[in-house]
Amino acid sequence: MAEPLLSVRDLHTRYAVGKQVLRAVDGVSFEVGRGETVGLVGESGCGKSTLGKTVLRLVPSAEGAIVLDGADITRLGDSAMAEHRRRMQMIFQDPFGSLNPRQTIRTVLDTALKVHRQGNRAERERRMAEIVERVGLPADALDRYPHEFSGGQRQRIGIARALVLRPALIVCDEPVSALDVSIQAQILNLLVDLKRDLGLSYLFISHDLSVVRYFADRVLVMYLGRIVESASHATLWRDPRHPYTKALFAAVPSTDPTHKRGAPPIKGELTTDLSSGCRFYSRCPAATDRCRSEEPLLRSVGEGHHAACHFA
Amino acid sequence: MSLLAVENLSVAFPGHVAVREVSFAIEPGETLALVGESGCGKSVTAFSVMRLLPSNARVVSGRILLDGADLMAASPAEMREVRGKKVSLIQQEPMTSLNPVLSIGAQIGEVIRRHEKVSRRAARARCIELLDLVSIPDAHRRIDDYPHNLSGGMRQRVMIAMAVACGPKLLIADEPTTALDVTTQAQVLDLLDDLRRRLSMAVLLITHDLGVVAQWADRINVMYAGRIVEQAAIRPFFARPMHPYSRGLLGARVDVDADEHYSASRLSEIPGSVGSAAGEAGCPFAPRCPMVETACRAVPPTLLAFEAERHVACPVTLEAARDG
Repeated sequence: MAEPLLSVRDLHTRYAVGKQVLRAVDGVSFEVGRGETVGLVGESGCGKSTLGKTVLRLVPSAEGAIVLDGADITRLGDSAMAEHRRRMQMIFQDPFGSLNPRQTIRTVLDTALKVHRQGNRAERERRMAEIVERVGLPADALDRYPHEFSGGQRQRIGIARALVLRPALIVCDEPVSALDVSIQAQILNLLVDLKRDLGLSYLFISHDLSVVRYFADRVLVMYLGRIVESASHATLWRDPRHPYTKALFAAVPSTDPTHKRGAPPIKGELTTDLSSGCRFYSRCPAATDRCRSEEPLLRSVGEGHHAACHFA
Repeated sequence: MSLLAVENLSVAFPGHVAVREVSFAIEPGETLALVGESGCGKSVTAFSVMRLLPSNARVVSGRILLDGADLMAASPAEMREVRGKKVSLIQQEPMTSLNPVLSIGAQIGEVIRRHEKVSRRAARARCIELLDLVSIPDAHRRIDDYPHNLSGGMRQRVMIAMAVACGPKLLIADEPTTALDVTTQAQVLDLLDDLRRRLSMAVLLITHDLGVVAQWADRINVMYAGRIVEQAAIRPFFARPMHPYSRGLLGARVDVDADEHYSASRLSEIPGSVGSAAGEAGCPFAPRCPMVETACRAVPPTLLAFEAERHVACPVTLEAARDG
């Protein structure tokens, strides 16, 4: 099998919260293949954004390994990291919050290119013009400021900034969550086209299961810092095994009004109470005594399908 | 008589008109969804009903009749009696709507004592009942908690308890679950629906999520650029959305039930953006509409009846529907 673009092994990220330690990412392993889109779903506070930032080395990891293209980048210094940083870029949820309001789009893009020492002035200018057109912005966009653009166009700017560096891996953190439905479709279609044309790989973080179902090749379901289930998109929706995955799916309201939902499958909300057993124990409709005492490990439950549940 | 009748409401801000000639009615006990994208005027419409518009907003025309009485003509003192007692509002972000330095018991108690002459002790007992009603466990203990002690879902339950404390006839829920996770969203919307039945109140549900509408509303009003473009009961709407914008919205939504994948099919887009409605003399959707005709750009179409309870502001669609 070809070497994956990204390989993450037993990754841990910890934050100090007062005197306590919050294990935001608590032993996560996964791979992203070349040209693959891996969806990462879970509720707020489950650690999915922290995982994305840790992979990009924007947040330091406590343990584990991050291997990009065969190179272990977990502990590289700044100068050794520079070229790897160019190859891994991020697209954020709120494009306005991540753009400097006092910089023109040209300055935003040119700064990225200069920091990474990409080409001379003429070459940079050519690449900027190219990428602006590629993401569907008008040609005069380069000389305008972020506030002159609508939400959808700002997200195109965020995409242009990531892509102008010709990366291989893009971490998309809720890239369409702040956008209206009619604009979401435009941006998702654009991301699909870019992936195909430029051979990109995506780690696609989202709380929106409908979007992930459409957009991902493989899906990781995260709960309280751990991956509780992973499978190809088709397998996961056909045959979800973990009770949390099932509950997530059941909670998404259908646009078919004749398709009536049952009672909410799980009660309560994400807690930070990590006891010795399964993290989902307190909310799980199928929990037993064994689940309270013994933590289930991620194990194979089918071809390319893993779940962390004693009864999956 | 309708519980609430909004008639020909137009609201302007300096430089733009946010709500244009909006009319709709809510019957007692029903859930009416007001749907549209950001900036379409749905929240401004809700704030008009509460008479809580920002100071730079101006009501250009219209009446808002609650039980037949025009709220636009009500004095500030009369409006204070209406808010919380007859009409309540819950908003998207419960943390910013709650006072961080007061216990939740104090905040709910304040609403009760504002509208009813009851002792502190009686108000506290009512608070505990209300927290029970919205399914907050250990209500007698939780009543002394502060907002930061509670999770997002629990805070929204507190907001709901406060909103229904004085038994309003109408609850306006402005994106009540947008800030919540999907499993929490289902719990909160089920709670609202349960309260609606038990307290026989009507709900004006403002949302951009069509899945929420399909599962929890009785009727839908679709807004685009300040205008209502379609009104319908839920089943007919989702079976056959009529206005080109309604159809575009449903088509562009990634449906979790549909086995669609990027490798096999593209999402259908609504081209352009809502900004193109600015300066449009005719139908605001004309610049993005696949069916646009010359006449569409002359005067804005009004809502026309297609069948009982179904109105569509698109003569082109209606003509095609009647022919075919």
